[in-house]
Amino acid sequence: MKWKLLAANYRSNRLLYWMILPVVLFVIIFSYLPMLGLSISFQDYSLTKGIFGSKWIGFENFVDFFNSMYFGRTFRNTIVLSLLNLLFCFPAPIILALMLNEVKNVRYKRLVQTVSYMPHFISMIVVAGLIIEFTNSSGVIASIVKAFGGKATSYIALPQYFRSIFIVSDIWQNIGFNSIIYLAALSGINEELYEAAKIDGAGRFRQMLSVTLPGLMPTIIIMLILSVGTIMNLNFEKVLLLYTPSTYETSDVIMTYVYRIGIIKQKIGYSTAVGLFNSVISLLLVLGANKLSKTYTETSMF
Amino acid sequence: MRIKESMGRRVFLAVNAILLGLVGFACLAPMLHVLSCSISDPYTLARVQGFHLWPIAPITFDGYKTVLSYQNIVIGYANTLFYVAAGVGLNLVLTTVAAYVLSQKRFLPGNTIMLFMAFTMLFNGGMIPNYLLIVKMGLIDSRMAIVLPSAFNVFNLVIMRSSFKEIPDALEESARLDGANDMQILWHIIIPVSKATIAVITLFVAVALWNSWFTASIYLTDRSKWPLQLFLREILINNSQRSLDAGVKASALAQQTLVKYCIIIVATVPILCIYPFLQKYFVKGIMIGSIKG
Repeated sequence: MKWKLLAANYRSNRLLYWMILPVVLFVIIFSYLPMLGLSISFQDYSLTKGIFGSKWIGFENFVDFFNSMYFGRTFRNTIVLSLLNLLFCFPAPIILALMLNEVKNVRYKRLVQTVSYMPHFISMIVVAGLIIEFTNSSGVIASIVKAFGGKATSYIALPQYFRSIFIVSDIWQNIGFNSIIYLAALSGINEELYEAAKIDGAGRFRQMLSVTLPGLMPTIIIMLILSVGTIMNLNFEKVLLLYTPSTYETSDVIMTYVYRIGIIKQKIGYSTAVGLFNSVISLLLVLGANKLSKTYTETSMF
Repeated sequence: MRIKESMGRRVFLAVNAILLGLVGFACLAPMLHVLSCSISDPYTLARVQGFHLWPIAPITFDGYKTVLSYQNIVIGYANTLFYVAAGVGLNLVLTTVAAYVLSQKRFLPGNTIMLFMAFTMLFNGGMIPNYLLIVKMGLIDSRMAIVLPSAFNVFNLVIMRSSFKEIPDALEESARLDGANDMQILWHIIIPVSKATIAVITLFVAVALWNSWFTASIYLTDRSKWPLQLFLREILINNSQRSLDAGVKASALAQQTLVKYCIIIVATVPILCIYPFLQKYFVKGIMIGSIKG
């Protein structure tokens, strides 16, 4: 029955079907074929034998990963960096948006906005280059520490500073750009609500708690769900540019491990298994966050 | 009571404005530092550490002269321009056409196809299977390894489709009654009224491609095909980590450092010149993308 409807629909809208074809093919080739390729996580994969010739070994790759010394370290670092990210980088643009919202001088507001978007457009390579330059032993930070009588070192080469450097630079990169969406939500709050609150005797602070924050909540929750989805896929390109073997203890995350073991050492089956572990956790986190939000706040993405 | 409150309010506004000024300054300062260092006297610069918001005299443009005659930078620039142009072109064509089809109510499998595509935003093969795909397609060391995988992005499709859906049906209907086919309607009716969305997507795609380096680093070993960012990585990241704290000869190092600053400026300026003009469209693009998505 359904196929008949579809055939009839095709006959009257031929052109539409041909127009969508390239994109459907694209998604099949570049998204769904690699998903099928995930099956090599269960193989002792060899490039020469291919998917159909390689030996199936069940969960051996996963077991190897869980038993290796890398599992604890990379899993911990992934989670810690992401949680720090949620704790500090997530609220920062919300605060910036609230502050910008209080500015009445439109030109000043525009100026601060424009300038704060800038870091978002600078390439990761340049950002990493700047971080390395600012934190090395003759860099800006070292010279400030020296001015206060401290001893200058290469901060980026020491494991105890990696997380702070990563998080602070992340705030710098994204605070402005990520505030755009909250500013838009703020401008959408009905002015009459503020008037009503004033008549009820609410002060500025009270207005913020009772009018502004509830108005922002749906946006905050959607952004939070999206952030939870990126927990396992935190910016590993940045880690890759900033880490060195001397900081692996705090900097090596699952995806950088996948890169080293898969692309550099060509252990294809094993690294695919590690990557799949990462993707599955990530998917579960998004679905979980979405479900929680649906239950408790009636806001959800899907 | 009234006066006291407005006093407090004024203090708050002043403090708020000052703090915002500091945030703005913090966002601007690192690039200002790079800009002033790039035209400073390299030998004084090597001795005077710290933050330079103003160039150190005598001002020199030698660094820029060196950079512009640096073969790799010219090659990288040309390659990056090619990747950006090809990527933006392919993305715009594929995204507008697909978004148009998927915004049509009379297209029966529309919702199914949309789900099929949206799923790839939640789950994908990941780094290694993608790498294997490129290997098996024989695209290693080919420019197509960079162009093809970035030719289309579901996220942009979601933005574009929502924007097309907002266009009143009446506009299309009248054209259809005049005998226009779908391609003509897309070209003459839909695209002209969606310039804002198209501008945002163009900017986002162009910036992402201009700044992208990871895929190139795993797919391309042939240096003549490298984008600018890979040469930048070699100069800014690899070298600086190798020479971290190393006692290189002062004069050579001073020149090297100057060139580094100039390269950062040359590689970043094009994008920093474009984004302020498209700023007013950001809100629209981002809002549609994340809320209605």
